[in-house]
Amino acid sequence: MLRKTGAALLALALAGASAGCARTAPDSAKAASARGPITVWLSNNAQEVVWGEKMVAEWNKAHPKERIKAQQIPAGKTSEEALSASIIAGNSACLVFNASPASVPQFQKQAGLVPLDDFPGGERYVTSRTGERAAQYRSEDGKFYQLPWKSNPVMILYNKKHFKKAGLDPEHPKLSTYKDFLDSSRKIVRSGAAKAAIWPAPSSEFFQSWFDFYPSFIAESDGKQLVKDGKPQFDTPAGRRVANFWRTVYREKLAPQEAFPGDAMAAGKSAMTIAGPWAVAAYKDSIDWGVVPVPTSEGRSLKETSTFSDEKSVSMFSACRNRATAWDVLKFATSKKQDGAFLKDTGQMPMRPDLLDEYRSYFEKNPGYKKYAEQADRTVEVPSVAGSIDMWQALRDRWTASVVFGRERPEGALRDASRDISTILDEY
Amino acid sequence: MSLPLISRSQGSGHRPRPQSGGHPSRSQGGGHRPRRPSLGALFVSPYALFLLVVFAVPLGYTVWMSFHRFYFTAPGADVDAPWVGLANYVDVLTDPVVLRSFLNIGIFLVINVPLTVLLSLTLASALNAKLPLRSFFRAAYYLPYVTASVALVAVWSFLFGTDGLVNKLLGDLAPDPSWLVNSTLAMPVVAVFVTWKGLGFFVMLYLAALQSVPGELYESAAVDGAGRVRTFLTVTVPGVRHATTLVTVLAIITGSNLFTEPYLLTGGGGPDHASASPVLILYQKGIEQAHPDFAAALGVVLVLFVVTLSLIARRFTEKNDKKGA
Repeated sequence: MLRKTGAALLALALAGASAGCARTAPDSAKAASARGPITVWLSNNAQEVVWGEKMVAEWNKAHPKERIKAQQIPAGKTSEEALSASIIAGNSACLVFNASPASVPQFQKQAGLVPLDDFPGGERYVTSRTGERAAQYRSEDGKFYQLPWKSNPVMILYNKKHFKKAGLDPEHPKLSTYKDFLDSSRKIVRSGAAKAAIWPAPSSEFFQSWFDFYPSFIAESDGKQLVKDGKPQFDTPAGRRVANFWRTVYREKLAPQEAFPGDAMAAGKSAMTIAGPWAVAAYKDSIDWGVVPVPTSEGRSLKETSTFSDEKSVSMFSACRNRATAWDVLKFATSKKQDGAFLKDTGQMPMRPDLLDEYRSYFEKNPGYKKYAEQADRTVEVPSVAGSIDMWQALRDRWTASVVFGRERPEGALRDASRDISTILDEY
Repeated sequence: MSLPLISRSQGSGHRPRPQSGGHPSRSQGGGHRPRRPSLGALFVSPYALFLLVVFAVPLGYTVWMSFHRFYFTAPGADVDAPWVGLANYVDVLTDPVVLRSFLNIGIFLVINVPLTVLLSLTLASALNAKLPLRSFFRAAYYLPYVTASVALVAVWSFLFGTDGLVNKLLGDLAPDPSWLVNSTLAMPVVAVFVTWKGLGFFVMLYLAALQSVPGELYESAAVDGAGRVRTFLTVTVPGVRHATTLVTVLAIITGSNLFTEPYLLTGGGGPDHASASPVLILYQKGIEQAHPDFAAALGVVLVLFVVTLSLIARRFTEKNDKKGA
């Protein structure tokens, strides 16, 4: 009796466990025209959440039968990890307003995304809203699996108080050329105005190169992507100048080799940071800040400088069962009106051409953001290639070994990274 | 149905002695067919199921993945997972970062395991004696073990950072680069941190083992004129040999599965992978870079590594037992 009971319990539990693990995918043909409630995920950025909740309330008021539920992306070390896990589990939201273009090829490979071209007028909507930069977001199969939503052009933000304390002109800081940047940095550190001149994360996460090497390389090479036509572009004189510049920064201890637990500039430990306008929200009430383009060897004006976009996209996930509604929500949330509201609430740049003309009144009221808007037209994205994350990790590993810790010469590290990346791209 | 249990509990109160053949006393249940296995199976089944679902099935799946080109996809996606033989294992065993991580774990274990055994046995012996505030000290040593690693890592970052307390005390003698970004010192710092954090648990194991060392042995040693050190080496150490085996094996297993400390304390195994552990690489490859097949092969290699080390450690620590038998 007991043996039978035990066996039955075991079988029941196994069946329950199996049923619990079972996953079903929506029928793509039915889902494409289906309407009904959907869930959208937002990043955990406080300003974006404020905008998202208002946008959702506005939509729900007008569409009581197709209501949106907005949530923050589930917690994880990065949004990308949480999104990848949700694809595997089959429980992603319909729309995610924070997809990193570097992860899109991986999500695509996991069959986790819906091509936006599948919707009537889908491709036209993406290209007309984004302008010329849309081409950078097309996947290798020629389709759009993301709508480029907003950019955070990476620039040098600085603390005027620290510059003044170091005897530097806070209104017209000399940060344009490598020489000027290094001289100013030396004065900041040696005067004790701040512990560090600048404090990028020295750690080896694959995405950290987007906030030291990549914006500098884009600026120095006049707007080149890391990879073009399947070939790495950085083992060049421009790439080597960038690597040697940052090596000098670390060798002279103008930037620490230890990661700062938090925001070094907000904590007053660093006089500069390299970030997009999203970071301004953390400083605007406590720091008198200024912003300049990333330095280059010869120095370029703002209008001549390109930089990394730090763009985030909106993607539709294949777990979505009401895709017709999701497509309408995507267009609603990225309309000119909503983009204006987003700019006002977050200070981040909608991926539209001619921002200064489109939202003139905002920039007149917020002149601090004007330089970011001017820079937004000359942003460069990460290459949309399979193996993207492997590629960035390979570069980062060589970068930390050589530039941050000085274990090998930067020239050799770039050559090795270029070879590694070529191998990775060939394998994919 | 409860009869077997009752009859079991109505024994003499002593543990049944093995019969001459070395078998437990089977005749105590009389001539009836024993029903204990069924009842036992029922009691064991939840844990057996737990093991099956969360351990055996994933382990089997991991081994399967390690021989295939595999990646995780959305439900319903039709994707090939071709057999690749040992290719994933070749990738793992030729990856310089993986090899470095095993070297790091070797360094870690060489520091952590002897230090754990030595300190926990010494402290347990001290805490076993009649000391003033003994309960306080026992709790104090146990506290780091039950405190979240994240909180402790923050404290150690403060202590061993470039501007940390340790460097301030050392002054000009402070290492440059500092402890946590120094490729020679990062792993030893992690090893000392883990030793300190886990010490409370191992002290408890030894304290329990010390209760079973007969007091007569200490009295005999005292009569023979043995000093404290001599008594410790000739009575205490052999008396807790089985606990030492357990402590060694547990320290090897937990040490080989190191993750949180390099992940948080040294910024993801830095500097330049000098404190990366195999589990950290497994996480980076499997989760961050979406190569579960590589991660699975690495996981299997790690299991074999841990089992081999544990068997060697067990043989080493129990060697004298077998000689004596």
